[in-house]
Amino acid sequence: MGLMEKIFALLEHGPGEHWGVHPDDRKRPAADAPLRVLPLPERLHVPLQQHIGAAARPIVLVGQKVLKGQLLAEAQGATSANIHASTSGTITAIGEITAPHPSGLPCAAITITADGEDRWIDSEPAVDPFSLAPKDTAARIAAAGVVGLGGATFPSALKLGLGLRAKIHTLILNGGECEPYLSCDDRLMRDFAAEIIDGIRIMLHATGAQKAQIGIEDNKPEAIAAMTAAARKFAEISVCPVAARYPMGSEKHLFSALTGQEVPADGRTTDLGVLVHNVGTAWAVHEALRHNRPLVERIVTLNGGAIAFPGNIRVPVGALVEDVLAYASLKEVPARLVMGGPMMGSLLPHTRVPVVKGSSGILALTAAEAAAYDPGPCIRCSSCVRACPVGLLPLEMSAHIAASDLNGAVDLGLKDCIACGCCSFVCPSHIPLVHYFNHAKGELAAQGRTQLRNDAAKRLAAARAERIERDTREKAEAAARRKAERMAQKAAEKAAAEAAAAQEAAGTAAESSEVTT
Amino acid sequence: MIAAILSLSLLGLILGFGLGFAAKKFAVETDARVAELEALMPGTNCGQCGFPGCSGAAAALADGKASPTVCPPGGKALIQALAAKLGVSVDLSGVADEGPKIAAIEEEICIGCCRCLKDCPTDAIVGAAKQIHAVMREACTGCEACVDRCPTGAITMDPVPITLQHWVWPKPLSEGAKAWA
Amino acid sequence: MTGFVATAPLASPHAHSGGRVTWVMGKVMLALAPATLYGFWLYGWPAIHLWVITILFSLLGEAFCVRLMGRRAIPVLMDGSAALTGWLLALSLPPWAPWWLGAVGGLFATVIAKQVFGGLGQNLFNPAMVARVALLISFPVPMTQMVAALPLGSVGAPDFVQGLRITLAGMPNYDAVASASLLGHAKTELSRGIDLVQTFASANAPALSFIGARTGSLGETSALLIAAGGIALIFLRIITWHIPVAMLLGIALPALIGHAIDPARYLGAGTHLLSGAAMLGAFFIATDYVTSPNTRLGQLVFAFGCGFLTWVIRTYGGYPEGVAFAVLLMNALTPAIDRLIKPRIYGRDRKGKPMELPEEKA
Repeated sequence: MGLMEKIFALLEHGPGEHWGVHPDDRKRPAADAPLRVLPLPERLHVPLQQHIGAAARPIVLVGQKVLKGQLLAEAQGATSANIHASTSGTITAIGEITAPHPSGLPCAAITITADGEDRWIDSEPAVDPFSLAPKDTAARIAAAGVVGLGGATFPSALKLGLGLRAKIHTLILNGGECEPYLSCDDRLMRDFAAEIIDGIRIMLHATGAQKAQIGIEDNKPEAIAAMTAAARKFAEISVCPVAARYPMGSEKHLFSALTGQEVPADGRTTDLGVLVHNVGTAWAVHEALRHNRPLVERIVTLNGGAIAFPGNIRVPVGALVEDVLAYASLKEVPARLVMGGPMMGSLLPHTRVPVVKGSSGILALTAAEAAAYDPGPCIRCSSCVRACPVGLLPLEMSAHIAASDLNGAVDLGLKDCIACGCCSFVCPSHIPLVHYFNHAKGELAAQGRTQLRNDAAKRLAAARAERIERDTREKAEAAARRKAERMAQKAAEKAAAEAAAAQEAAGTAAESSEVTT
Repeated sequence: MIAAILSLSLLGLILGFGLGFAAKKFAVETDARVAELEALMPGTNCGQCGFPGCSGAAAALADGKASPTVCPPGGKALIQALAAKLGVSVDLSGVADEGPKIAAIEEEICIGCCRCLKDCPTDAIVGAAKQIHAVMREACTGCEACVDRCPTGAITMDPVPITLQHWVWPKPLSEGAKAWA
Repeated sequence: MTGFVATAPLASPHAHSGGRVTWVMGKVMLALAPATLYGFWLYGWPAIHLWVITILFSLLGEAFCVRLMGRRAIPVLMDGSAALTGWLLALSLPPWAPWWLGAVGGLFATVIAKQVFGGLGQNLFNPAMVARVALLISFPVPMTQMVAALPLGSVGAPDFVQGLRITLAGMPNYDAVASASLLGHAKTELSRGIDLVQTFASANAPALSFIGARTGSLGETSALLIAAGGIALIFLRIITWHIPVAMLLGIALPALIGHAIDPARYLGAGTHLLSGAAMLGAFFIATDYVTSPNTRLGQLVFAFGCGFLTWVIRTYGGYPEGVAFAVLLMNALTPAIDRLIKPRIYGRDRKGKPMELPEEKA
């Protein structure tokens, strides 16, 4: 940041940080309730795609008996992740189930009918991960189907490999959990601090980084204390409390808060020698490497005004939201059911959707909490401009999108939008700004796909035209050749005939001359 | 008074001549644009627009005889690209984009006559004589050229199913629209 | 109890800060209330009647336009913006002005200056100031007929009915109560060739009262109460310090310099800040969300321009007061300021180019 930039920033915002919002965090009492375990549901519906990238390919058959932790579907392609059985039982269907997604569209899933024994698959005893090469450690993490548990669900092994190649020096562990209501990472850090620290050490080994920083928002003093105590033995791991502010848990913002640097718009944190992982991922890495347990369950926060007993629950992947809500009991029919946090989570179409690896919370919000009003006209108060942690102009962008001018919105920086929801959160006119941006991003992606398709069609049409032309040319050439051959043959025949005739004529002439002479 | 009338009339005259001169002098040759427009078109010459091939449609667009919404297989992306090239604005909200469609062959009815193969502008139909034909979904542009060629009516146009990967958030109702309702 | 089904895909966030347009407008009105009540006490019933009439006609204008467009009027009126516009306009009128001034002004503000542009959020210019300027140009005499303060309950102050008569039928004997505002007086005397030192040395010069018991429109009298309301708005997070501070600086800086050079020609900074609509303009007019720039930096530029133009018009222009003109002129520049001054995007420089990686990595 140059001097001019500092002066600008000071004039604009005064000293200190200025981005983001401070929503009412509502994490307690759920965060303080002891961790519970969901009683095993009768059936589990494990989706084949619980990560960014290609869906996994099923390798089991209907009717087959599986054990907990057995591979159900294997990663397909470079960016993908393995899917394992979350309990022991019988595969009763390989079909579809409604995805935990606002569209309400289905996704492919494997249904396991539990046998109630919940028996783990026999596995070879765990090897000391530090005796393995970094690459092999990453391979084991990949085999366990570990994905980023912060919400983006990017396959973790790929990310670790990226860090290894980029020769990173620091690993940042994201324990920010800036979303209101959520406390699954908080609970995990309080209850499994030693396991997380062990996972971090394995990740340090897998990436070759020298030190690790754990960023935790200062509204979680118990988690900070637990993690500090667990990390005391390891000089390379430090706990860094950061200010509670939304969206502190955004990778780029936590990175900036801890390093004072900014990630270039066209780059990644690894370009600056830093890799960011969620604390939950560190726990999953520990489970995978020390106990040979693939990622088949996670801690889910159950919260919201409609829930009678809010708290954190260990839920097997594939359990239906319906089962989880039945266990926590609802006080009333919720106005909104959300998977994830209230700021970025997705609205659930109904309760028969499965919990997946990336589900950090299930929120049953009352009408008062969701605070949905009909949108009014924009009064240009620029609250959204001040709230935007990226420095965009949400009011201008949404006006362009409302007028179907998507390119105008892109020029204003739509592609830098992280969909954190700060703008919609503060808008006094209740304009669904994030909805506008989601629409525009999706529409642009669709247009991009159409463009690719049109280009491909054009190439195919050109190839076809060329082929037809070649065919006719070849036909014409062949015809010409045949004609030429025929002509030549004819000519030869004619010549032969003429020669014969000439000879004959000569013969007769000679004869006649003979006669005459 | 007279001076004012005179000076204003003179000014009007001069500016009018200036405009007329500029219009003649800087007139854009439409032919130059036809090639650019044609480059944007799918180039499959499917004929859905009613013009003789993509070059015919491009010429019509340049003459102002066709609107940028002329090409159904091009979709919204093409409409925007054409409108930008022509320097006109199009209201996309009025464009009924019922989603892309692609051809599908009903295997029970197909007799393997090979007629559709010859008409497909992108070679998206594979098959041989007396063999059931099949459409390669990735290559089909949905131009419908094959539908009428089929003697048994085995070809139908099916909408491409919307999947999680292709789903797009609908545009929010504008504040105005809500208040009017 | 799990009978939950979503009807339509709703995008995140599923929480809200709780702010609403109605409450924003309401808080602004609340901040205006002390100064307004003080003005009512100073000028008595005619001022109250005028205030009610102006707001009433602003609401009428808004309702008329909304009905004309086939929409229901009540929800639109409930946002409070039309009432606030009327209130601000009433504060900028002479307190004993005839009723039709408030009525025409109120209608003009909401119909011509706001709804014709497309309603709330679409107008380029501040509606209250457009109406004030339109009235000032169209009806210069009633718009400049100021009266001396005659507090409620004092001897000779009009009661409710007399007040109504003044507002509806005009002032019976204007000369008896006529007075001049400080800025107006200074301008008149300067044009007569009397310099400012002499003007303020004479006995009948209008006093510069800090608590505000002096001649002017409702919003001009108590600069301190207006400022207090404005500061309350800053603490309520309705406005930020940027616009008021920059605008007051824009007035004070040239005034300081001018006064230091030639006290006989230029009024002092204190006089400038505490007279006329400087405070009202800085805290309530220039801070109008709709017509001010989006970014803080843009707001600083905008408000400094408002202040500076105010000083220029007051000092060199034909009118004694220039806040309304200055704000309207800068309103016209707001789109340009918004185009030129944009916030810096994370990971990009001011021009929007991605940042360079630090050198250490090669």
